[in-house]
Amino acid sequence: MSFPFYVNPEQMTQDKAEFARKGIARGKSIVTLEFSAGILMVAENPLRLQKLGEIYDRIAFAGVGKFSEFDRLRKMGVQWADVEGYRFSRDDVRAKALANLYSQVLGEEFTRSLKPFEVEIVVAEVGVDDLVGHERNALYRVGFDGTIQDQEGYCAIGGSVDSLQAHLTANYRSGLSLGDAVRLGRDTLQRAENGQPDLAAEKLEVAILDRTRASGRRFRRLSADEIREHLGA
Amino acid sequence: MRFWDGYKGSSFLELLATEHPHVEPDMRRWFSELGQLPATAHGTTCIGMRFADGALVAGDRLATIGYQVASREIEKVFATDEYSVMAVAGAAGPAIEMARLLGIQFEHHEKIEGEALELEGKANTLSQMIRQNLPAAMQGLIVVPIFAGYDRRRKTGRVWKYEVTGGRYEEREYDAVGSGSIFARESLKKSFQPDASRANAVRMAVEALKDAADEDRGTGGVDLERKIFPTLKTCTSRGVEIVSEDEIADAHREVLERRRRPEA
Repeated sequence: MSFPFYVNPEQMTQDKAEFARKGIARGKSIVTLEFSAGILMVAENPLRLQKLGEIYDRIAFAGVGKFSEFDRLRKMGVQWADVEGYRFSRDDVRAKALANLYSQVLGEEFTRSLKPFEVEIVVAEVGVDDLVGHERNALYRVGFDGTIQDQEGYCAIGGSVDSLQAHLTANYRSGLSLGDAVRLGRDTLQRAENGQPDLAAEKLEVAILDRTRASGRRFRRLSADEIREHLGA
Repeated sequence: MRFWDGYKGSSFLELLATEHPHVEPDMRRWFSELGQLPATAHGTTCIGMRFADGALVAGDRLATIGYQVASREIEKVFATDEYSVMAVAGAAGPAIEMARLLGIQFEHHEKIEGEALELEGKANTLSQMIRQNLPAAMQGLIVVPIFAGYDRRRKTGRVWKYEVTGGRYEEREYDAVGSGSIFARESLKKSFQPDASRANAVRMAVEALKDAADEDRGTGGVDLERKIFPTLKTCTSRGVEIVSEDEIADAHREVLERRRRPEA
């Protein structure tokens, strides 16, 4: 009879975390910002494989790290949201519940499986002015081990997160216009260690949750032309 | 919710069937255990037609149970997404549910795949749903929809009609479904002009619904007393738009004016 050899759980957790961090640091970063008319997400991504996605009427998703892993998480979020909205009502689909679900899935994967997920995600929800209890925007950041953080105003995920976060802390103020927010997003991404000094519109993936839309789906991608316009001004 | 081994396709209906079977009612079992269904609400006449800018879909607002009114202002014309509309005649409960599911299905596919279905793909999705409803249809819960939309690739409006087997037929001009459909079709047969302007299309649709309501007791026309107007929606390059009540009232007045008999 064979026994599995003993591994110190502390050591194992550390090793896994280091592995996940390394994987995430290799990829590009994403910045999420609240602006005067909603929530903005900016990713450095020249490819057609998208990192930002629509989950539901007022909820968006951003993922960094290994594409196959965060894209599966995104699809799972869409499935969860559509079933929830079908069973109950469209206003019952909330970002907090989804962020908790992600946190549980990631936390469980981290402890149970040999290879942890190499991802970090943001779940954002834009508020509505005339729906009591739904007025505020919400930003949740979920880490590879299931750590969940409720963020205020802005948040960055991906490689060199500390320097990005520091740049945001120094330059972010509430009530930014969309143009200012896009520029701050781009400038922040340029601070990343593996970032490029002069990020052109074509290399950015930008999406917003539009607070000014009265109902229905608020998620909208900005075209390269729109991004260029905002960057140029 | 299962994660890695869960359903991975883009169909919301299959997702419900494989992951959440308890959410969908088991119609077959219902019927084998219940036998005869109690009387349920039925919606009546709907029209779909092509015009110069795209497609127009119209429906009256009456729902009946047998010979009685179930609702005077039921909605039968639903926008299933930005560019398509579904109108339903037949058993109101399953029909409205089908329209809701269809809308979720389109949105779900678009979000999962990152790209919306082609208009023809949307029409086929509805075909499958009607086929799945066949056991219920055999018990009398028949749903007969019209599906129309603006095809952005071909830059034209398109209209489909269906039968209970899921059979799907594209119409080049117009069609009507529901209890007053014979009269609506007869009306359109005489009034229809291909490539009509929007105003003319609205007038033809209102006139056809008026004719249907005139001959068929199950169809509600324009209810001036309660100010209830039929629903008209257009699908054009601008997306789905609702025709305003004022426009419908004007078209209705025009028809009345034209048909007024001289005073004796």
